[in-house]
Amino acid sequence: MSRDQYVPTYVGTVTKYVFIDSPDVTPQTLAIRAYEISDGLMIKETCFGLQVTGAPENVKKLITELRKVDPAHIFVKDRGFPPGDTRRCRANLGGARPGYYGHEFESGLFRYVSHGLEELEKNTTPEFPRFGKKKLDEGKLPLEKLVEIIRNEEA
Amino acid sequence: MAKVFIYPATSLVLSDMVERWGHEALGAATSIRERIQTPSLDSPPLQMTPEDPKKGLKYAAVEVPCGVRGRMSIYGPLIEEADAAIIINDADLSFGCMGCARTNELVMYMVRQQEGLPVLDIKYPYSEEEGTAFVTQIKEFLTGLGGENNE
Repeated sequence: MSRDQYVPTYVGTVTKYVFIDSPDVTPQTLAIRAYEISDGLMIKETCFGLQVTGAPENVKKLITELRKVDPAHIFVKDRGFPPGDTRRCRANLGGARPGYYGHEFESGLFRYVSHGLEELEKNTTPEFPRFGKKKLDEGKLPLEKLVEIIRNEEA
Repeated sequence: MAKVFIYPATSLVLSDMVERWGHEALGAATSIRERIQTPSLDSPPLQMTPEDPKKGLKYAAVEVPCGVRGRMSIYGPLIEEADAAIIINDADLSFGCMGCARTNELVMYMVRQQEGLPVLDIKYPYSEEEGTAFVTQIKEFLTGLGGENNE
């Protein structure tokens, strides 16, 4: 194992993912809006939206402005690595990087969450079903069914 | 502004919801960024140092695989730091090797063991009605924690 000294880059910055899943706004439109108000931040346009890197307060301001474009359809998340980091960048690794499988899964649920946000905005949700804690045996094979299978095997 | 631990710690939707309503989301990215931006003796291309499994001893015994201890050195401090937690219970996306699976169990256990830590248990929405419930419950929970509102 090598013991090289690790010299970090972009110290003191934050990187945020901005996902857009809107019928009206494309990642390109959002990127152009971000460039207009970027104020020196590093912006990377991606297929799903943007990555923004810079000083925390500047990134926060930019995100607040970007959210106004389409509040219910823009989702923001922190990223640990800066863009292009060789430990995560697809250009070096090949194939989708591991975290995208999680993003892909949650992207499929955006439409439901967006619907919820729009309903909340309209304030028309006095009653809604509440989720309880997951029961220990939820989704598991019921005991009676297991006994039935064993008996069938024995017969 | 409260610090809210999210599970799955990489959840995009939870991270967004927490920040949307004026709080700070404590997820994996927070810890990873701290490591990425700290100069040290490292073993590239890994972002974890050989010291991390030792730090994880605070949360898991030495007999526990070092993969679990290494992961706990990322999540453990976040749980200790948190003022509240939101858990998505049917999060299949966090499924992985035994290291991931055992760490997930330990994380859930630790969250529930923290005395006085408010925890919201929810599930991923799979319909518009569930989406409404999902969002409303999270907002209610976060509003109860106090702090500013970004909207």
